[in-house]
Amino acid sequence: MSTTNKAVKTANRPSRSLAILGLVLVALAGIAFVQGATSVRLGLDLRGGTSVTLQPRVAPGESGKVTNEAIDQAVSIIRQRVNSLGVAESEVAAQGSGTNRQIVISVPGDTGRRVVELVGQTAELRFRQVLASAAATGTADPTATPTAGVSADVNAKFAALDCTKLVNLQGTGTDAPTDTIAVCDRAGTTKYILAPAEVLGRQISKASAGIDTQGGNAWYVSLTFNGEGTTAFGALTTRVTTLVEPLNQVAIVLDGLVVSSPRITEPIPSGNAQITGSFTQLEAQDLANVLKYGALPLAFDRGEIQQISPTLGADQLDAGLIAGGLGLILVFLYSLLYYRGLGLVTVGSLLVATSLVLVLFLLLGEWIGFTLTLAGIAGAIVAIGVTADSFIIYFERIRDEIREGKSPRTAVETGWLRARHTILIADFVSIIAAALLYFFAVGGVRGFAFTLGLTTLVDLIVVFTFTKPLVTILARLNFFASGHRFSGLSAKSTGTLLVTKEA
Amino acid sequence: MSKFSGLGGRLYRGETSIDFIGRRRRWYSISAFFILLSIAALVWQGLHLGIEFKGGSSFTVTKQNASIADARAAVATVGVPGEIIVQNIGTDKVRVQTAALDTVQNNAVQDALAAKFSVSVESIDTQIVGPSWGKEITRKAVYGLLGFLICVMLYLAMAFEPKMAVAAIVAVVHDVFITVGIYALVGFDVTPATVIGFLTILGYSLYDTVVVFDKIRENTRTITSSSKSTYSQATNLAVNQTIVRSFNTSVIALLPVGSILFVGAGLLGAGTLKDLSLALFIGLAVGTYSSVFIAPPVLAQLREREPAMIALAKRVNGRSATPTVFAAVAPITAKIENRGPRNQPKRKGRK
Repeated sequence: MSTTNKAVKTANRPSRSLAILGLVLVALAGIAFVQGATSVRLGLDLRGGTSVTLQPRVAPGESGKVTNEAIDQAVSIIRQRVNSLGVAESEVAAQGSGTNRQIVISVPGDTGRRVVELVGQTAELRFRQVLASAAATGTADPTATPTAGVSADVNAKFAALDCTKLVNLQGTGTDAPTDTIAVCDRAGTTKYILAPAEVLGRQISKASAGIDTQGGNAWYVSLTFNGEGTTAFGALTTRVTTLVEPLNQVAIVLDGLVVSSPRITEPIPSGNAQITGSFTQLEAQDLANVLKYGALPLAFDRGEIQQISPTLGADQLDAGLIAGGLGLILVFLYSLLYYRGLGLVTVGSLLVATSLVLVLFLLLGEWIGFTLTLAGIAGAIVAIGVTADSFIIYFERIRDEIREGKSPRTAVETGWLRARHTILIADFVSIIAAALLYFFAVGGVRGFAFTLGLTTLVDLIVVFTFTKPLVTILARLNFFASGHRFSGLSAKSTGTLLVTKEA
Repeated sequence: MSKFSGLGGRLYRGETSIDFIGRRRRWYSISAFFILLSIAALVWQGLHLGIEFKGGSSFTVTKQNASIADARAAVATVGVPGEIIVQNIGTDKVRVQTAALDTVQNNAVQDALAAKFSVSVESIDTQIVGPSWGKEITRKAVYGLLGFLICVMLYLAMAFEPKMAVAAIVAVVHDVFITVGIYALVGFDVTPATVIGFLTILGYSLYDTVVVFDKIRENTRTITSSSKSTYSQATNLAVNQTIVRSFNTSVIALLPVGSILFVGAGLLGAGTLKDLSLALFIGLAVGTYSSVFIAPPVLAQLREREPAMIALAKRVNGRSATPTVFAAVAPITAKIENRGPRNQPKRKGRK
């Protein structure tokens, strides 16, 4: 056996990889500190708040399929509504895959009932003639001249309307199609008085964004109406095109907010219209999507509503932390009892893994908005078992090798070669489980899957860069190499005694 | 503890051997009994599904000494349809569960409870699940389960061998049946947290099986050229050699899960933590059993049908008049005869 060669090889490697791991850990912690991520972002179930899961469906009385674009549009409509609450860190996101996605709304704090009422209604698209428009000033402007032919009520409302206030940008789809209404635009820069709706979103049959390559590469949106829509839109455009500004504008109103108010330059009886202007590609596509959504409005079925008071949130956080701490201590004790000296390696590895996971939680919270939920904590606690098992596999292999008559120093190397394979395959199965859970599930399950997958990855990193090198170094110490009574590698603990006598 | 460590050595060399493979009929019968019991329980009692699956509302009021009678009285004034379940959680919480309600009814129940216990509406922990949502959750859980089984089967077939994948999946399906059966029998609540715990267990059970199979593969790699033991005997040795690890793994996995269960049930009374850890606790026990008692015998049975293995069994049995005794002795001879060459340095290059 070429002992000299081997000694040289193992002399450099273990300490080097320990040093690299240490540096990475310190560097990650440094980044977290510099970026100001000093605390893990907690989910609503740990700090209190309301979460609503909506299932978008085709509105009653409509036919057709829910499309991806429609869901994206629905998300932005609901985001608009939720933002009007002005609660910091509110989130609206689609979860799941394909056209079966759910919309998950999370609002911290105790706004429960308002959130629920806000997000339930179907958002409709309508075309309304503009009767008056004004810049939305920061303050209400009561001196504005009343618009002729509009009730004093609406005029007063228009005058008082302040589009810089979030609450006026909420939408909610409560605008009745037969009413004359005073509304804001989506961006909150202009306010309008609008006539009753003459064309409805569901009368659109097609909408798309395109680029006019001849006319200076300008983006435009073209839309096609169905039979009814063609007649109605033809009548509307013929009537308003000769009127003076702003009466010749037709507002496209989605969810009670004006998305766009193009001027009608000519009567359009054909049912094929084009909206031009200084659109960027994004603006044109957004508008086309709004129109497409209008053609097939979605209703939002309330799937699940969860309202958690801050007290319960704090209780759950405490319980999670206590359970995690207790679990960790019990695993420490068991490893020390059973594996003696090697148990210290388990304790050290678990501590390294815990700090790595913690730093990753901090950083991922900053980078991808990762929030830790109760299910996530549970995933991490369960992963203590998976992580510790990697060490058990390795230690048992080392003992197997010793039973075959190898010295502890050789056994930690040959045992590793075999254990490595098992650990890789076994951890990979865990990661498959976590990935599938993540993609198939919504809500809490995803949090659980995410932490389970993350901690399994951390386990792999720790086993390869910490546990193995540490054991290699320890095996050189006389305490382990000689198989000391408390080393966990003694003849007694491995049961090698008999064989050595025989041999 | 050290006595147990010594046992590890004896198991490793085959001095102490538990006949996992030979007595497979016994293990199969035990499992068959439990599976039949599970099916019976499912048919007659069914699962006790939480409101997440069937739709409904749950309101939890935190108030010292909140009484069930008060809560019932408060809800009765609203007059909601369907069955109403009211229970105390710990000493300071009372929970009201109703059938699926509309927004107006939900608000009315919240208001009534808030007035009765003089707490603010915002402090009532509320969970409202729409009637169609449960189907969605159930569908997703089933998809997740199927997707998981298929992916893992493909992966194991690639990483090991197809028959190992089949045996592993048999063990997993076995775990699914028995765990679901226990839930039906005892009447534990099934919530999404239970499903999470359950899916995790599948991962765990497979993980356990993978470790055992890895050892089996190692022991049987050169089996046909040596003619010293049959596939079943080599498999049995592998299971005996890994049983200490299986035991330790289960204990180590159960310790944190047990502490979640303890803290979840003890401090919080009910909810995600308790449901999750209960499923894990039950599944873990069943999973460990199947990875030792079910998966290896099934694998051995599948492999023993192969012509090469039948031939091998004939050769091995031809060398011994009493095969049943041989089963316990063979591994030792194999080891001793192997020990010479195995200690040679050239072995290092094998991987």
